Parts: sequence; structure tokens; C-alpha cells
Amino acid sequence: MPHSISPESTPGEDSSQTVSQPNTLKAESPDVNMSDAPSPAVVPEIKEDTAKVNLEELFDDDDDDEEFPSSAPAIKSEVESSQPMPIQISSRSTYSDPEIMRAFYQRLFPFRPLFQWLNHSPQPSNDFAHREFAFTLPNDAYLRYQSFPTADLLRKQCIQLLPSRFEIGPVYSTNPRDRKTLRKASAFRPIAKELVFDIDMTDYDDIRTCCTGASICHKCWAFITMAIKVVDVALRDDFGFKHIMWVYSGRRGAHAWVCDKRAREMDDSKRRAIAGYLELLKGGDKGGKKVNVRRPLHPHLDRSLNILKDHFQTSILYEQDPWSSEKSAHLLQLLPDASLKAALQKKWDSAPSRPSHMKWADIDTAAKSGALSKSSKDLLEAKQDIVLEYTYPRLDAEVSKKLNHLLKSPFVVHPGTGRVCVPIDTRKVEEFDPLEVPTVTQLLTEIDEWQGEDTDKKLADWEKTSLKPYVDFFRGFVAGLLKDEKSGVKRERDDGAEAMEF
Amino acid sequence: MIRHDYSRVDPKRRANIDYKKRQFAKAEFQQQTYEHRLNYYGIPPTAEITLDEFETWAIDRLKVLSELEACSFRNRNPEETAEHMTGILAKYLPLRSNSSRSQNLQDERRKDHYSHFILRLAFSSTEDLRRRFARLETMLFRLRFRNDDLDERKRFVEGLKLDWEEVTEEEKREFKEEMAAASGARKGEVQEWFKVDWERVPELVEQRRVLLKRGMAFVPQREQMSLVVAEFTRRLDDALELTARALPRLDEDDRLAPILAHLSQSFATPDAAYSSSDANIDGLSAPTAASIDTLSQHFPLCMQNLHQALRRDSHLKHYGRLQYSLFLKGIGLSLEECLLFWRRSFKLITDEKFTKEYKYNIRHVYGDVGGDANRRGRGYTPYSCQKILTEPLPGPGQSHGCPYRTFAPDNLLAMLQNTGVNDRDLLKTVREDVGKQRYHVACNRVFDWAHKKEIKKVKDDGSWSAADLDTIVHPNTYFKRGWLLKHLGDGNAGLVGGGDKMEE
Ligand SMILES: [Zn+2]
Repeated sequence: MPHSISPESTPGEDSSQTVSQPNTLKAESPDVNMSDAPSPAVVPEIKEDTAKVNLEELFDDDDDDEEFPSSAPAIKSEVESSQPMPIQISSRSTYSDPEIMRAFYQRLFPFRPLFQWLNHSPQPSNDFAHREFAFTLPNDAYLRYQSFPTADLLRKQCIQLLPSRFEIGPVYSTNPRDRKTLRKASAFRPIAKELVFDIDMTDYDDIRTCCTGASICHKCWAFITMAIKVVDVALRDDFGFKHIMWVYSGRRGAHAWVCDKRAREMDDSKRRAIAGYLELLKGGDKGGKKVNVRRPLHPHLDRSLNILKDHFQTSILYEQDPWSSEKSAHLLQLLPDASLKAALQKKWDSAPSRPSHMKWADIDTAAKSGALSKSSKDLLEAKQDIVLEYTYPRLDAEVSKKLNHLLKSPFVVHPGTGRVCVPIDTRKVEEFDPLEVPTVTQLLTEIDEWQGEDTDKKLADWEKTSLKPYVDFFRGFVAGLLKDEKSGVKRERDDGAEAMEF
Repeated sequence: MIRHDYSRVDPKRRANIDYKKRQFAKAEFQQQTYEHRLNYYGIPPTAEITLDEFETWAIDRLKVLSELEACSFRNRNPEETAEHMTGILAKYLPLRSNSSRSQNLQDERRKDHYSHFILRLAFSSTEDLRRRFARLETMLFRLRFRNDDLDERKRFVEGLKLDWEEVTEEEKREFKEEMAAASGARKGEVQEWFKVDWERVPELVEQRRVLLKRGMAFVPQREQMSLVVAEFTRRLDDALELTARALPRLDEDDRLAPILAHLSQSFATPDAAYSSSDANIDGLSAPTAASIDTLSQHFPLCMQNLHQALRRDSHLKHYGRLQYSLFLKGIGLSLEECLLFWRRSFKLITDEKFTKEYKYNIRHVYGDVGGDANRRGRGYTPYSCQKILTEPLPGPGQSHGCPYRTFAPDNLLAMLQNTGVNDRDLLKTVREDVGKQRYHVACNRVFDWAHKKEIKKVKDDGSWSAADLDTIVHPNTYFKRGWLLKHLGDGNAGLVGGGDKMEE
């Protein structure tokens, strides 16, 4: 999939739709008065967009991956200082430097597969052309309702605007750029979007002991791994979805994109139903016991518990050690039996440093030695609830419930960490290591250092880097999706669709 | 629908109607007969009624819907709602079963049919009204479905011709355990099952009350109601959408327009319990960012909780910020002071981040930015108890909502004790209230207790009317009334004992 590095001329594009001088757009805040902006085409975009945003969505800003982005240190790649490079990564570069972003969009970002993915066919269609993109510009202005007829035009715009990231919204009934020319507002409405999920480590902060805030390590990444396993199998076995792509969010979470046609066409009430089906933990910090489920367990919960109980042993009891010293009070709070609690309290008061896995074992020991006044079934159920409270996925359900919710695109760069938002292969989900995901600067260095033999086949830049396996995976995923879309329309002539060239 | 005794339909349209009338004369323009008590309202009424009937029938139905809304607002469970509604339905919108052999069956059903369609017209203009109308009509339908005669209900459902797939014997054997676990069936309960695409039963899916296999839901027979109700809602939503599109043409009929406008206005009132006069509190000087800490002792528990969470974490998540900002706006905090309040409260972030990520939202709340509609309306209205009680429950790390509903009872009582509510009997009653989901009753009970001396005084001296002491249904009313009661003597110290603590 060779990309030519210089943007081709694109005669089809309406020049009034592009921002010609993005750097002159002052925007200390999204609501800054834009009247002094140079390009009249942009002014109404921003003004009206902010006006149209639902208030609750406006407030929906701090629960994603970007909390405290401005406080993120400007991390530098190790090679940067030692080795000056043609793309001019200097020792003072940060991940969102214009030159780095330009090189990234020109040489690395997989626009073609992204286009195929959203377009559902090799020929340009409205699935792509009416799709909303939203850009976060280098000055932090937020540009909504962008749309592009082709992959090349999207690419050209990215190279021109150098967004620090961009998001993908729904397909609309008409081209989002034309929305203001429509006589009736109701003619412009969202009609389809992938069902999406957002799992973020912030929602685990009350049970995570290894790290805080924006940082993660292998121990707490286990929360995300568990969540992916549980949600993925439910979406496949229960709802029958096949085309599910998980994507690393670049710092401390993961997104899922369910791309089946049946999922894309769901209205909000169906999205809400799925979110509700998957949601288990209820109650805020003061809500007390977070798991309250009837017995027998619903088959989905039963299956989830089976997946999670091994993780509970290792990831929770040993690695997170959540009930060390006085924190065992919360464990006691979750147990049903007063006399059992008293016995355990006594024991732990005299040995507060007992690690969590021993305290967990103490429960059964105490119960067997007669401290239990209720039935052993009550105790077993309470213990199951505890396992679920500490391991069951914590979804940011609001993201999933709305057809018109935007979500960060796969393969963009996380501005805080520089890591690319790469897909996660669920067949090997345990092996996925977020700390090994390449950063943009690392990838650009790899291109420069590449010393493959000159064959007749010209390699694309991304093929020379550690981004290759991720792009290959993405292309395979897209090929599978396109195959099903095609057979949905008419029977296939040829089974060779997998080899489709992007 | 209206008897054309003094019609002003323009001639062109008239001609059109006549054309259709001829074409469908037999099929549609007869008086319909209603075979079933229940109605999916699939066919619009076609016979004529008087303008007077038009209005009174609509008002009667509106009365029923408003009462239903009040029930959901007070968190009455289905049984309590049914009990409460029996008399109201009998009075305003009786609908008897065939077996009653009543003389008025057809008249009752006609009124039900027509009034539904009139309100459709009145409430299809905005998305908000449509959603509210559909929700309440669905409640009404569900209520009637529950109470319907079993045989008649069965015949009604058969008439709907919803295509349900049988679960095969083989599937029954294979999934027996799982189906029982999913549906919460009791041991030994014999069940029939049917199979539908899961999209047909979103409600059951959301509550995990059906087994799902590869996109199919295995639904027990007794959940039939849910399916029939979901289908009712789906069809009504679609129909309202269509009505909304047809509405501009109807506006031309100037006999109906004022009636319809009046109907939709009276429907809009109960939810807008907040009035801007709540922000003008006699004797309370304009609140400032610095005075919120002190004033917060008069806040209802939901806002005290947010205030404490904010002070504890120096942060609030989005729904919390929204709920609290609106409330503060409602007590009269100016935009400038509100911005200052949040800036100072978010101690851990930079000015730059504050400006970038939070400032706009607060200005939006105040109508300082945003589209014309938002500016004209001076931003958003402070949330009522109803709104707060029907919001999604807070997730981990979130603090919004009503603590009477979102807190575990032990935590709720602990928090109440922290705010000085220490009467054991009262706390016990509060625990019972929340156990029965009467959150709103519990909150009013706490208010009455905390202000019992002052309430007695204003009742005794007649300075406050009964309406002034009506049940509180809005956090801003809670604050206003509480503050006024605690400052009865201000500026007139002789009237109240000096024991009252004075703030500021
Ligand atoms: Zn960690």
C-alpha cells in the first residue's frame, strides 16, 4: 500500500471546506471568539458546532483517556538526542510537534484500510462520504462535522491541519458539510455507527493499588485484559456479532468497535439495552455493595465468573493485594455474616499485614471452624459477588448508549504518550503489552534506520516499522468485514476476497 | 376528525379530503367498532366529533397522563400505581372489558381512541414532548394490559400477529437450565418459550431477563407483556415521528391550533417546577463563590453530597458538575462567581486546563454561549427532583443523583447523621422510606424534621400559607424554603428567639 509522500492534487475538493491557515486560528478555549480568524469558512463551523452540542455531552470530557493531558510530561524518545534524523526529530521534539505529526500522517497512518473499513466496499460510497470526522487541532480547537469523499482527501486534510488526534462519529443522512444548507433540520440526522465500548482505567481507581492517575503497568493492564475477554465473548456468543475490533486507547484503556451491519444500524434504545446487559457494577463510591444479582446467575454472568475467577486469584489477590492492612475493612463490609465478620476481624486485627490471598482463604477457614451463622450458600454467593466487584468490566456505558457519540480513531497518536492506538488481537489478548506499543517517534526512527535490500517491490514506509503487524492485522479484519458486507448484497463469485489488495 | 359545521379548510385541501373520502368511504369513514378494550392506535379516527368533545376528551386524558407521571416521579411501584390510578381512570377515562357487558363500551373506547390521537397532535411538535408522551402512553398501556381480562387479552394479542418463533424440543432440552437461570423461573415452574431477534425485546435484554444465543432471545411466555409493550412503544414512536412531519399542515386550522397549544403548555408545567423567582430570596444577599461553603448547610442532601465530594477530591465528574452548576445558578450565583467557584475548587488543575476544558460548559449552563435557543432561554433550567431521580445511577467515582436513591442505606444514614440528623425514629423511618423507594418522601421528612420549630412557628402565626409548605419537588425550593425558615427573624430580631444561628 504505497503512499506517495507529497499530497497529490485533489481536484474534487471544495477549497472552501478546508482550513487554509490553521495555525492562525487562535483558540485558548473552544469558545473563544473566532471573529478574528482569517478563514470565514471555519468560523461558523466552530461557532455552530459548539452550539449544537448537547449539554451533557459537553460535560462528558474528563472521563476519557485525556485527563490532565497538559500535565503529561514531554517524553522524548531515547534515540532522539543521539541521532539527528531527516524528519528532524530534535531533542526538544514532543509527540505532537508539527513535523512529527506531518511525517506520521504522510508516511505511517493507514488511510486506505481505514477508508475500506468505514466504507464497507472498495468503491467510495456514502458510508464513508457522510461519515463525521472531528479534529483536535494543534491549538486545541475542536473541529466537528468534517467529511471526505475519499481516503486521499481525508489524508490531505490531516497533513494540512496536523490534528493531534481525530475522532470518528456516525454516518449521517446527508453530507455533514451540507447540514446548514438543508431547509429542515430533521433532514440531517445520524443513521449508523459502529457499536462502541470504552474501558478506561480511571473507573478502576478505587480497587487499583499498583498505580494511580495516568500511569499503568502490567499488573493493572490485567483489568483491561479481563474486560476485553468478558465483553468480547458476550458480543459474539450472545449477540452474534462477528466483526469486533479492540483498539488500545494509547494510554490506559481500550476501545471496541463492533462493525457488523446489524450493530451499526441500531438505534439508541438497542445500544442502551446492550450496555445495560453488560453493565453490572452499580452505585457510586458511597453505594456500598456494588454487585447485587439474583441467583441462579444469568448465563452471561455465570460464564463471566468462570472466566474471571482465575484472574481473581492472580491479578487481584496476589498482584493488587487490595485488602492489605486496614483496607480489609471493605472486604468485611462485603461479607454477609456478623459472627463470621467478628471472627475475621479479630484474626486480622492481630495480624494486619496478612496478604490478601491469605485473608481470602481465612474466610473459608473461619467458616469451616464454625464461625458461620448463615448458610454456606450465602457465603459462596457473597464471595462470587466480591470476585465480580473486583474483576468484572467497568464500562463507560454512556459512550455505548448513543448512536451519535464520537470515538477516537484507531491508529491516531495519543498526544500524552506518543503511542499509536493499535488494534489488539483478541486471540492473543493476554500477550498484548501496552508498554511495548510503538511510539510515533520510535516508528519514524525505524523508517530511517531501515536497511532492507532494494527489491523491485517498493515497500511502504509503515512496512519498514514495528507498526506493520498492527496494520496487517487491521487489513485482515477489514477484509473479513468487507467479505460479509459483499455477501450480504449478492453471492460472491470468488472466494479470494481475503487477498483483496488495499 | 372535527365536525365540519363551520369548516375553514381551504378549498384545495377540502377537495383532496373529499377525494380520499370517496375512495375510502366504506373502509374508513364509518364509525369504527372496537372489538378489543386495548388499542394499539394503529388506525386514526375518522368519524366526526364536536370541538367541545375534542377539547374535553383531550383534557381528560391529559389528566390521566399527568397522574401517571406523578406516580413515576414518586417512584411508586406498579401495584401502588395501579391502586392510585383506579379511581382516576374510572373518572376520566373508563375502559371496561367486554365481559362487563356495559352499555357504554363503544363510547368509552371511542373516547380513548380519539383522545389519544388528539394528544398525539398536541405533543408531537418537539422531541422532548414526543418522548414524554410516548413514555406516559406506554405506562398507560402497560397498566391496562396488566389489568385486562385474560381471555380478552389473549385475543387482543393474537390479533396483533406478531411473529414469534417456537422453541424446538431439542433447544428446550439443550438450553433448559440456561433458560431457567436467565428468566429467573422458580423451580418446577412449567414454561412455554418462544424465540425472537433480541432487538424485539430490548427491555428484557437490558435487564438480563432472557437467554441470548447468537442474536436470538429465548423469551418465556410470561414475558409476553414486555414484548407487546415494546412493540406498542416502537409503533407509537414511529407514528409520532410521522405526525411531527405532518404537523405544519395542521397548523393552518386555526380552530385547533390554540387548543393544541394550550394542551401542550399545560403538559409542560409539572416538570418545570423551578421558577426564576426561586433565585430571588428575600434577605439573602447575592451569593458569592466564597459564601457557598457557608450556604451549603441549607442545601438538600444531593447538593451537600456534591459539595463534599468536590471539597474532598477537588474535582467532580461531568454529571456532578452539571447538576451542581445548575443548582448554584438556581440559587442566584452569578456566572462570574460560578466560574470563580469552580476555578478555586478544582485545585489540582492549571488555569489553562480549566479554561480549555471546563469554562465553556459553565458558561453554557448560564446561556452565555451556545446557540440562539440556549442564549434566549438563559441556558439550562436547574434539575428538578424528578429529573435527578430518573437519571442513570452514578458509576464508580461519580457523585451525582439523589443520595436517598444512590446510597446504600447505611451510608445514607451515616451521611444524615453527619449533617446533624440524629433522631433515631426519624432515621428508622427514612430507612423504611428508601426501602420502599420513596426517596422523595424521605427527603421531605428530613426537611420537616430539621425545620420543625420554624415550620410550627409560621403555621401558628399564619405568616406562611399551606402552599408555601407544599411537598418539595425541587432542590432549589428546598434551599430557598430552608434558608428563609432559618432566617425568619432577620431584620426583625424581635419576632424570633435569638437561638437561631446566623450565617455570614
Ligand atoms: Zn499498575
